[in-house]
Amino acid sequence: MFPKGTKRKFSDSGEEPVSSGDQVPAAPSVATRSLTSSYSLQRQSLLDMSLIKLQLCHMLVEPNLCRSVLIANTVRQIQEEMTQDGTWQIMTQALAAAQCPTDRLVATEVLCRQTDAAAQAGQSPKPFSVGGLEEGYHAEEVVMEGDVETEVTMSTLAPVSPQLSSASYLAGPFVMGPCWDEDEEEEEEEEEEEDGECEEDEEDDSEDCVSEGEEADRDHLSPDSRTGEQVFGTFEIKHPAPPPDPALEELFSDVDPSYYDLDTVLTGMQSAPKMGPYDLLESLSSHGPTALSSSSSCRSDLNELDHIMEIIVGS
Amino acid sequence: AKQWHSNYTPSLTADIISTVEFNHSGELLATGDKGGRVVIFQQEPETKNQPQCRGEYNVYSTFQSHEPEFDYLKSLEIEEKINKIRWLPQKNAAQFLLSTNDKTIKLWKISERDKRPEGYNLKEEDGRYRDLNTVTTLRVPVFRPMDLMVEASPRRVFANAHTYHINSISVNSDCETYLSADDLRINLWNLEINDRSFNIVDIKPANMEELTEVITAAEFHPNQCNTFVYSSSKGTIRLCDMRASALCDQHAKQFEEPEDPNNRSFFSEIISSISDVKFSHSGRYMMTRDYLSVKIWDLNMESRPVETYQVHEYLRSKLCSLYENDCIFDKFECCWNGNDSVVMTGSYNNFFRMFDRGYRQDVTLEASRENSKPRSVLKPRKVSTGGKRKKDEISVDSLDFNKKILHTAWHPLDNIIAVATTNNLYIFQEKLN
Repeated sequence: MFPKGTKRKFSDSGEEPVSSGDQVPAAPSVATRSLTSSYSLQRQSLLDMSLIKLQLCHMLVEPNLCRSVLIANTVRQIQEEMTQDGTWQIMTQALAAAQCPTDRLVATEVLCRQTDAAAQAGQSPKPFSVGGLEEGYHAEEVVMEGDVETEVTMSTLAPVSPQLSSASYLAGPFVMGPCWDEDEEEEEEEEEEEDGECEEDEEDDSEDCVSEGEEADRDHLSPDSRTGEQVFGTFEIKHPAPPPDPALEELFSDVDPSYYDLDTVLTGMQSAPKMGPYDLLESLSSHGPTALSSSSSCRSDLNELDHIMEIIVGS
Repeated sequence: AKQWHSNYTPSLTADIISTVEFNHSGELLATGDKGGRVVIFQQEPETKNQPQCRGEYNVYSTFQSHEPEFDYLKSLEIEEKINKIRWLPQKNAAQFLLSTNDKTIKLWKISERDKRPEGYNLKEEDGRYRDLNTVTTLRVPVFRPMDLMVEASPRRVFANAHTYHINSISVNSDCETYLSADDLRINLWNLEINDRSFNIVDIKPANMEELTEVITAAEFHPNQCNTFVYSSSKGTIRLCDMRASALCDQHAKQFEEPEDPNNRSFFSEIISSISDVKFSHSGRYMMTRDYLSVKIWDLNMESRPVETYQVHEYLRSKLCSLYENDCIFDKFECCWNGNDSVVMTGSYNNFFRMFDRGYRQDVTLEASRENSKPRSVLKPRKVSTGGKRKKDEISVDSLDFNKKILHTAWHPLDNIIAVATTNNLYIFQEKLN
């Protein structure tokens, strides 16, 4: 069973104490003051709870697909409603403002796959930061009666960058780098085939792949200002540092961020080292707004996580 | 109104019961548990001494059906928990059942041995070979009675056909085939052939990001061997005809009730998810269970159910808490009585509910040790929803959500029911006067 409740316990009675960290800029506070209705708070709380549940089910040995799908659908509904009444924008702005510039992308293992020369520069080996998620990134149908189709797809990113597709989520502990670098321009289906094959190879070439994969880091970061993603982003919390690059923004413009992390949930990552609740918190905090290079500590204070949670809930 | 009393003394089982199923005659009752074991109970023959009391159920056979496995490729454990058991109609002296965990279905043969051959010429009774010099005559070995021995042996193993977790198995009325359903696919098997299955439903989207609906249960029609239904997490039931095409992604009928706009909330979809679907014995109706209600559908009418029964409507205002503690995802089963006049399903606090379709009556009963002293009659329970709580009523806030009855079964011919609490099995029978 999951730990009861989240950091902020849902309260039917309405207002929860809203506390903002020191760093929350004035602008978002003003804007967020409009979200003080009981309904909005409840809705926000439900959203947070749902995201925690999705995260937790990454960590389970065998996440229940039906449950994951139902929770993900609930999150989508909330997100749609919040987008309609404009509160989504406000929240994402508040989050963006609260992010430290040195953040790196974390669970976007996807983007680690770029063989961008620029990205190669000065990238230190990045261990997969999300403890459980890491192990969890297995394709459902890695081997299935000869069918090498991969479940995991980031197809919304695929058109953007063919490499950032299915196989990227095949990241297991031994899959650090793609052997599919050369497949850049291929169709997604073919790519899936390749990926499937690659995955088998990767186990042999893991060493080689590792160094390639690490270059991944990028400046390609998920469009942090994008709506839905932000919400999921908060739980993988790491935001791209670099100043927005218009070319990149355009590249990612048709990304549907709401699926960004649902994908990891729905693509059947079923393996995970067994993690207790504290492990979860630690791994979440490790995607805190800190640089994630192996040389520096991957773990930030839980305080920073607290801070972020306050922003999510309070703003 | 019927009165129920216990005719089985519950014993604490080692593991959580995960499925309960009577065989076609009702003489045998199988339970599966989280540890992969199957325990079969057999009804004692009625004794002339107590004609009003149907025979008790005693343990008949116990065997380990599934073992935990480890999928090395995906680095994940495969639980040995038995998700479903389905009996095959009896064809000869032996009994057959299908049991399944998340990934593998097994066909088990349960047979009795109550005689053994004695009087071999070359062997002593204890198996030692006789000294041939002492053999002066020949005799024909004969069968002599022995203590009954019940043996369970695996006859077929149907493996490697499901990527996702199997939630249902259903034996076809042709007795030759059966279906197995996981979250996204349904496969058709021949009972004799275990290395091949046909995929008949596949709702996996090409892009898994688009996944919003999963299969939650599936069942063959009781007499039309070409017809089956499957239910989904969005509250729809699709009826398919296997004669129409090899892949039954196109449903012949789709049953869905329009949402009540007054009750709309963020939890609407979750509580509409169907946890169980069962055809009536007649084959004319089917019943579905969602989180708060049981619905009876006429197969000829797709637009809405013909009957709806509220199981625990008082939980509607608690949905957020139930979401928080994950209870909202509990999968309750439901069952019909032998003549389709009464339906039954479980609830929380070890309560279970029966709805009499004809008399339009319902009753709430509790499966507990106190109630199950032999011959003590079950007293109807009531949950108080209003401010004033009457004596003997229990308030919603006092309900124990850890005590849930997910699995119930009704004897196909008699008024005998099997109710599984977390790790106890209760068997109740109707009190006859």
